[in-house]
Amino acid sequence: MSKLQILTKGIIKDNPSFVLLLGMCPMLGTTSSAINGLSMGIATLFVLTLSNIAISLIKDFIPAKVRIPSFIVVIASFVTVVQLCMEAFVPELYATLGVFIPLIVVNCIILGRAEAFASKNNVINSALDGIGMGLGFTMALVLLGTVREALGAGSFFGFKFIEGDGILLFVLAPGAFIALAYLLVIFNKLTAKLK
Amino acid sequence: MEYFAIIIGAIFVNNIVLAQFLGICPFLGVSNKVETSLGMGAAVTFVMAIASVVVYLIQYHILVPLEIQYMQTIVFILVIASLVQMVEIMLKKLSPALYQALGIFLPLITTNCAVLGVAIILVQKEYSLLESVVFSVSSAIGFSLALVLFAGLRERLDFEDVPKSMKGVPIALVTAGILAMAFMGFSGLV
Repeated sequence: MSKLQILTKGIIKDNPSFVLLLGMCPMLGTTSSAINGLSMGIATLFVLTLSNIAISLIKDFIPAKVRIPSFIVVIASFVTVVQLCMEAFVPELYATLGVFIPLIVVNCIILGRAEAFASKNNVINSALDGIGMGLGFTMALVLLGTVREALGAGSFFGFKFIEGDGILLFVLAPGAFIALAYLLVIFNKLTAKLK
Repeated sequence: MEYFAIIIGAIFVNNIVLAQFLGICPFLGVSNKVETSLGMGAAVTFVMAIASVVVYLIQYHILVPLEIQYMQTIVFILVIASLVQMVEIMLKKLSPALYQALGIFLPLITTNCAVLGVAIILVQKEYSLLESVVFSVSSAIGFSLALVLFAGLRERLDFEDVPKSMKGVPIALVTAGILAMAFMGFSGLV
C-alpha cells in the first residue's frame, strides 16, 4: 500500500464513523454544533496520531500478553495532555465538551488503530494512518454538526442565516440519532455509486 | 427525597444512553434480542455499582490527598479494566451460574464508555459515597431499560418491510431517535 493510500483510506473507504461505525458516543454527543464537532474531531485526531506514533515506536518492547493495557496507558496519557491543554487555553470549549474529552480514552477508533495498524507497522505509516483516520472522523463530526446546527439553530459555524429558531429537536438528543441515520443513508448511496 | 430525585433523574430524565449518549456501542451492538440485552444490562449494573465505590475511594483517599487529580483519567480506566477482570475471575469461582449468564458480556464492559463516563460524572458532581452508589446503580438501570426497550423494538423491526438503503443501522438509529423523543417527555420531572 502506498503512503498516499494509507493516508486517504480513512477518509472515504474505511471512514471510521460512516463505514466502520466506531466512536459513536462522541459522534452523537458532541455534534450539537459544527464548532463543537470540529474541536472534538481535532482533539481525537491529535490523540490518535500521537498514540499511533508512540505505540509503533514501543511495539517491540511490549510483551504480547500485556499489550492492550499498555496501549490504554499510552492513550490515556495523551488524553490527559489534551485535557490539561484544553482546560488551560480554551476553558469554555472544555466545559461544553465536558465528559467527552476524558472519554476519548475509550473511543474504539483509537484502540482499534493501535491494535490493527500501529502495532504492526513502522512509525511513518502509523502516523499517516492516524492522521487519515483522524481526518475521516473529524470530517464526519463536522458534517453531522453542520447538519444539526443548520436544521436546529438555523446557523452555519455560528453565523445565523434565518431569523429566529430552527427545529430545536435537531440540537437535542433525538435529532442526533435521526440526522446520523439519514447521513449514513446518503453516504452509503454515494459510495455505492462510486463503486 | 434527594435520593429519589437522583434515581428518577438518572433513569428517566437524563437517561445515560438516550440523553447523554454514553454506551452507544453496546446499545447498537448487542440489542438484537431482549434476552441478550437483559444479560448485558445486568453485567453493566453489577460492574458499575462496584466501580462507583472503588472510584470514590480512590478519588478521595488517594488522588485528592496526594494532589494528583490530573492522573484521574489514567487511573480510572486502569481501575475499571482490572476491576472487570477481577469480577470475571471471582464470579467464575464463586457463582458459576451467574458467570455463565453474564459470561460473554463482562469483557465487553471495559470498552463501554458508560462505566468510565459515570465514574467521571460522580467526581464532577461531588457526590457522597452513598449518593455515588445510588447514582451509578440508577444510571445502570436506565442503561438496561433503554437497551431492553430498544431490543424489543428491533425484534419487531426484523419483520417490517424497510427500504433497502435504510436496512440495518440507519433504521435502528431512527428508532433510537424516536425512543429518545419519548424519553424527552420526562424532562422537567425533577
